[in-house]
This record gives sequence, structure tokens and C-alpha cells, in this order.
Amino acid sequence: MDGYNAFMLVATLLVLMMTTPALALFYGGMTRSKSVLNMMMMSYVAMAIVGIVWVLWGYSMVFGGDGTFFASPFTNFGLNDLGYDGYTFMMFQLTFAVITTALISGAIADRVKFSAWVVFVPLWATLSYFPLAHMVFSCTDDSLICGVIGAQDYAGGTAVHINAGVAGLVLALVVGKRLGWPKDKTRPHNLTLTMLGAALLWVGWYGFNVGSLIFVDDFDASDQFLAETGLTFANTTLATMAAIIGWLLVEKVLHGKATTLGAASGIVAGLVAITPAAGAVNIVGALAIGLVAGAVCAWAVSLKFKLGFDDSLDVVGVHLVGGIIGTVMIGLVSVTAPAGSNVAGGAVDGLFYGGGLESLVAQVLGVLVAIAWSGIATLVIALAIKFTIGWRVSDEAEIDGIDLAEHGESAYDLHTGIGGGVKSGVVAGATGAAREGVKA
Amino acid sequence: MKLVTAVIKPHKWEDVREALETFGVTGMTVSEVSGYGRQKGHTEVYRGAEYDIALVPKIRIEIVVDDADVDDVVGIVVKTAQTGRIGDGKVWTTPVDSVVRVRTGEQDDAAL
Repeated sequence: MDGYNAFMLVATLLVLMMTTPALALFYGGMTRSKSVLNMMMMSYVAMAIVGIVWVLWGYSMVFGGDGTFFASPFTNFGLNDLGYDGYTFMMFQLTFAVITTALISGAIADRVKFSAWVVFVPLWATLSYFPLAHMVFSCTDDSLICGVIGAQDYAGGTAVHINAGVAGLVLALVVGKRLGWPKDKTRPHNLTLTMLGAALLWVGWYGFNVGSLIFVDDFDASDQFLAETGLTFANTTLATMAAIIGWLLVEKVLHGKATTLGAASGIVAGLVAITPAAGAVNIVGALAIGLVAGAVCAWAVSLKFKLGFDDSLDVVGVHLVGGIIGTVMIGLVSVTAPAGSNVAGGAVDGLFYGGGLESLVAQVLGVLVAIAWSGIATLVIALAIKFTIGWRVSDEAEIDGIDLAEHGESAYDLHTGIGGGVKSGVVAGATGAAREGVKA
Repeated sequence: MKLVTAVIKPHKWEDVREALETFGVTGMTVSEVSGYGRQKGHTEVYRGAEYDIALVPKIRIEIVVDDADVDDVVGIVVKTAQTGRIGDGKVWTTPVDSVVRVRTGEQDDAAL
């Protein structure tokens, strides 16, 4: 088990990297240059807040015992009674809670008060993520999605991506459009950051998917480890590759050019879609899921213009749509692991492999539960914030730039010659010594 | 004295500078600017959404020259920067009342 623990520590670090810096870069590059710091800060502060909430009551709500919707927040409050051998798993799951919450920020870029996000994050993790994570990842007989419905979700198509995607949609609707949208659209200000972020997300995702292996008592543990990690690693890779092609093909046909943002988006769409299916399908199924996800998401990102919601960075078009595709397609292309192969994931054949409708129905029900739970929980929190502290920065701050208004900083100083007119000095209240120091 | 201002396509800037140097122009002020004329802007597509980019990048050259040289300088810029396609730019001249060289205090023609 030493080897397994070392593997899980690495997997945990990889998923930690997905939020900071990968997601922060991916999203930051897509915003305007005057909003990039605020966008990145939404990921960084989600990391800090969700992590603390997780060890206080989150872990207990997810893994602290039985429950249809969630477990008691008190059983393992503050990690009480968590055995010394439970810490690695606890930390691995912490990183999932963090990135799921951070993903939502892309839907409300450029216009939200930092304080409103800081209030939203712990409430949403508590009311939406922890319950859905319990329903999916804490697979006891009475946990709703995994136990009662019996839907397969290897690493979080429902609890992570559909959950974050629905939350993004609800927030985009409650928070409202950016000034001037959709007439004045905002161009991504630095696609090189976005390309870098997408590639780092891809690498981090191996921790996410491959690390999600759960040992089954019937199998020899080391055999299962060997067989299953190889399969999930290959599926994660090939689905992503197929999704790049799918996205670029649709773009080329619909808009005439294959774009870098399309490739980066295809990477994320493919990873999202293979997340629930990583252990349930063979390589043909993985390629099919990736191709469909890339192609459909490339089309789905245009829905916001047709329906009129300002999901700024396409959390809905990529995470909600990709999550649904991956989770539902398990019902079509999942395969029972061949006898003796020691792969636990694909416990049932999908429709295309002669398994009938049983799996498909379970997958669709799982999707619906995730959509309903996240939709209601997010709506309650979003409205509560809207009618108390309020979501939006002032119109003036939104136009001048949210970085300056909310953080008092600007991301770039590109005036090499005239230094942007900067004069150094100290703010009021600094000590005399500090003032002298600056002068010297 | 006249101020010659030229707004040209960025890829023509090196050719124009060389041609002016050959003619004897010893200095100029150059800036990266954006704007549009009859060619308007262009469109870019991000995740399927079309963006009208109204402003096109251009190079603006400013040179103060003696009255006698104005026609030659304008001619050189036009000849060198011309591609015959829309968006080649504009050149215009404005009268200049006085010029002072900061280093020496020399005035007008002596300061050019």
C-alpha cells in the first residue's frame, strides 16, 4: 500500500494544480485585460475558502456516514475521528471540492463583487457540492445517485461538471448580463495564457480520473490497480484527442477556421465528458465520447447568444453539456469488464453492447438529480446574495475595469518608456521608517 | 517648415524608413496607432461568436521638413507605402510655426 499512497499523493497534487494555476490561466486569458486579475483571484480564493470548509464539515458531509442526500456534518467535524490512514484520501477529495467551486467563476466574469463571490463559495460548497459528492462518491446503499439509482460516475461527471455547469447557468441568469452584452462582446485578451491553462488542466486531469480508482474487495488489489489505471489513463487521453478534432471540425464547417481557442476548448470538453466514463468504457467508447463532446460543445457555446444569458466563459456550453454527454453516453457504450480483467468500473453493458436500457435509464436519472439539486441549491444562494449584499460592481467599475475597482491593481504595465506615469510612494498610515526606506 | 504626417501599413514601415533615409531625412517620430478608413475593420471569431474589430493597427510617422523638401518627402512615402489595395493609409502636411532643438537652443531651419 506504500506505492498506492505515493500514487495518490501525486494524483492529489495534480488535481491541486488544476485550480491554481491551470484553471486561473485558462479563464484569465479569456477575460478582458482589465479583468484578468479578478478572474484569477476567484480561483485562488475558492481554493482557500473551500479547503477550510472541507476540513471543518465538508469531509464529514460527504464521507461521514450514511444518508440519501448527505451525511452528518458532525461525525467527522474538523476531521474528528479521521484515522491516520484517511488523510491522503481526504486531501484528494478536498481538491475536487475546490476545483468544482472554482469552475463556476467563468460564468460570471468581469462584473461580480469580490465580496459576493467570497460569500457564495462556502455556501455553495456546503449546499450543492458536498451533498452531490456524497450522493455520487460515497457509494453506500442509500446514497441517491450511486446507491439508489445505480448511475455510474467514475470521477465526477455529475457531482463536478453538471453541478458546476448548472450553477454557472443559474448565476449567469441571476447576476445578469455584462453592460452592453451581447452587442459589445469582449475578446479574449491573451490566448497564450488560455492555451497554457488548457494544457495544464489536461495534465492535472490524470490525477483527477486515474486517481479516482476505488478498490473492490472481489479483486486482487494490485492486479486491479495495474489494469484499471492503465485503462483510465488511456481513455482520458484518447477522448481528449478526439474532442480536439471534433471541436475543430465543427468550427471549420460552421465558421471557416480552426482556432486555438477551439483547440483549448476541445481539450476541456473532452476531459469533462470522459470524467464519468473513464473506467466504464473501452478505447472505442472513449473516442466516441470525446468526438461527440468536442463537436456538440463547439455548437453548444453559441446557445447563450440564442437564449440570451451571459455565461461569459462558457461554463454551461462546456461543463454542463460535456458532463451530460459523458454521463449519458455511458448508458450507450459502457462495457462489462471481461472476466478476470480486474477492471471494476464498467459493471454493466450499455445499450450498444446488448445491455438494454437499464444503464441508460440510470444514467439519465443521475443527470436529472444532479441538475435539480444544483439548480435549486444555487438559486437559493444566488437570490439570497442578490437581495442582501448584491452581486454587481458599479457600472463605472465594470467599465473602468474590475481589477482596479475590486483589487486596486492592474495586470499589465506595458508602457516601457513612460512607465505608465507611475510615481512611487507610500500609502497614508505607513511608518516613518518605511517612508524613509522608499525615498532612499 | 511643414509637419508631414503619414499613416501607413505596418509592414511597409521599414521600406519607408529606408527610402527616407536614402533621401536624407535624418530623424522622425514613429508611433503604433490604430484606426480605420474606407476598409473599415475586420472580423474575428471566438468560440463561434463573431467580433467586429473596428480598429486596424497602423504606423504613424511624423517628420518636420523644410518647405523645399515637402513634395519630395510626401512623394517618397506615397511611392514606397503603396500596395494599391484598400487600407494603404494617408499622408498630410501641416504648417509649423517654430522648431527648437532642445540640446542647443538652435531655432527653425537650423534645428531640423
